[in-house]
Amino acid sequence: MKINPEYKELAWQGLWKNNPGLVQLLGLCPLLAVTSTVVNALGLGIATLFVLICSNATVSAIRQWVPKEIRIPIFVLIIAAFVTCVQLLMNAFTYDLYQSLGIFLPLIVTNCAIIGRAEAYASKNPVKQASFDGLMMGLGFLAVLVILGAIREVLGQGTLFDGANLLFGQWATELKVEIYHLDSKFLLAILPPGAFIAMGFLIAGKNAIDEKIAQAKPKKLEQAIERVRVNFEN
Amino acid sequence: MAFWIASSPHNHQQSETSALMRMVIYATIPGIFAQWYFFGWGNLIHIALAVATAFVAEFTVLSLRKKKITTQLFDGSAILTAVLLGISLPALAPWWITIIGSLFAIVVVKQLYGGLGHNPFNPAMAAYVMLLISFPVQMTLWQPPLSLLAMDIQLADTLSVIFTGYTPQGYSVEQIRTHIDGFTMATPLDTVKTNLTQGFTVLESMKAPTIGKYFGLGWEWINAGFLLGGLFLLSKKSIHWTTPVSFLSSLFICSFIAFIISPDSSASTMFHWFTGATMLGAFFILTDPVSGATSVKGRLIFGALAGLLVYLIRKFGGYPDAIAFAVLLCNMAAPLIDQYTRPRTYGHKLGAKK
Repeated sequence: MKINPEYKELAWQGLWKNNPGLVQLLGLCPLLAVTSTVVNALGLGIATLFVLICSNATVSAIRQWVPKEIRIPIFVLIIAAFVTCVQLLMNAFTYDLYQSLGIFLPLIVTNCAIIGRAEAYASKNPVKQASFDGLMMGLGFLAVLVILGAIREVLGQGTLFDGANLLFGQWATELKVEIYHLDSKFLLAILPPGAFIAMGFLIAGKNAIDEKIAQAKPKKLEQAIERVRVNFEN
Repeated sequence: MAFWIASSPHNHQQSETSALMRMVIYATIPGIFAQWYFFGWGNLIHIALAVATAFVAEFTVLSLRKKKITTQLFDGSAILTAVLLGISLPALAPWWITIIGSLFAIVVVKQLYGGLGHNPFNPAMAAYVMLLISFPVQMTLWQPPLSLLAMDIQLADTLSVIFTGYTPQGYSVEQIRTHIDGFTMATPLDTVKTNLTQGFTVLESMKAPTIGKYFGLGWEWINAGFLLGGLFLLSKKSIHWTTPVSFLSSLFICSFIAFIISPDSSASTMFHWFTGATMLGAFFILTDPVSGATSVKGRLIFGALAGLLVYLIRKFGGYPDAIAFAVLLCNMAAPLIDQYTRPRTYGHKLGAKK
């Protein structure tokens, strides 16, 4: 089976080259505020992923009927509708996680990464590509959230997956890994300044990898234009 | 009589970075000595730890950045940062506090911003604030002066407390800090602040054992030591007089006004001058040429702003002392201050339209 190159490009853009967290730097507010543990990050990431896929699909499906002048309010309404769905679902099934995410769950509405994709991609492309784009962008965002959450949780509390039961139910309590024991938490990693610093290191790391790749690539040789003397008469 | 006239430069000063940094480090000696005399070996151990860590961190980052290691490593700036951090830490704080603080100061605050001359914040104070908000318990373990301690603490005891948390006899830091009468003692600033919230007047809190005869047992001498070092730096022209003078007078004026209005709830002016880190901040921290304002007028504003902030945070804020926070806030304001206090270029008129 041959993969459509457009899908490949969308995946590459969403996961790495145009990652909403690391490159576009959109939606920084939830990114920095709730990533104090992996589970919080995962919860918010999944919620964002879901909203992104649904809103992209819907925006793309109604793109013929949306007047250009009022497209932004319409996109916001669509996004808000899905966010409300997610919020009600989480309130019903993962109440503790809903509590710990607090205001940042409804604030997904204002996440620029979502409205940005609706505006830049979904409103111009067919449903299939638009939903795939939402999936990839959401996964990219989710990955950054989880990595940041893992760094901060390990540095701050010395654990991983603390409170996984909030998201997955009782059995997940066993998932908690204690990497090392801290008598006192490293509060900076848990507080927002730690998020900014860790985020800076992540972006720097991504840029360093990009630079390595660019260096390793063989440079394209400039096509030398040879001038040939054509007028032999003189 | 004819004078022999040498060709220019007439008065050459060896003002290399390393010479300046060495001078500032020497100037901290009286204050450190007072700290050692009244509070024991703790701060000296922290200074040694911080310097060692700073050296390793500086070497690692410089070699990663492919810089000239020999000149930059020995320019003394990292040592000075480490010394200032070691001075400001609580004497009985655990060893990893110093290591983390020193690493943060050198790697994140100094080198990641581009090394010496490019850091927007004072590394020692940024590291101090980072430690204070990250480890509030360990960073408030202030040790009372030795003369008030129930037990005698020697070098070996201090080392053991810093590295294991207990003296060889098995006393914890909390037990060391506890007075013979069974109450825990804090710094003079902390004592006054806590007493005020409990409804005592300042005059009543001045009778606390930590305050002693004047403004704080031991603390007044430490501040006097740093004042002496600062005056030495001024006489050597290593630092400019503007920042310390405007900082101290601003703090003086603020506390004077408050003292006039309500003497029962405000400490005296000299109490503000001679407790906490006032003199260290005035002469050693705020005068940092990299992260401060540059012009004379700018430095006056910079110092006055710092004094005001220190007073406001000491009086109304959540922390007893405020030098580090005030310095960081002023560091943030420094570029703006510089922007609005550009000195007039010679030959240009004041207020002339371009």
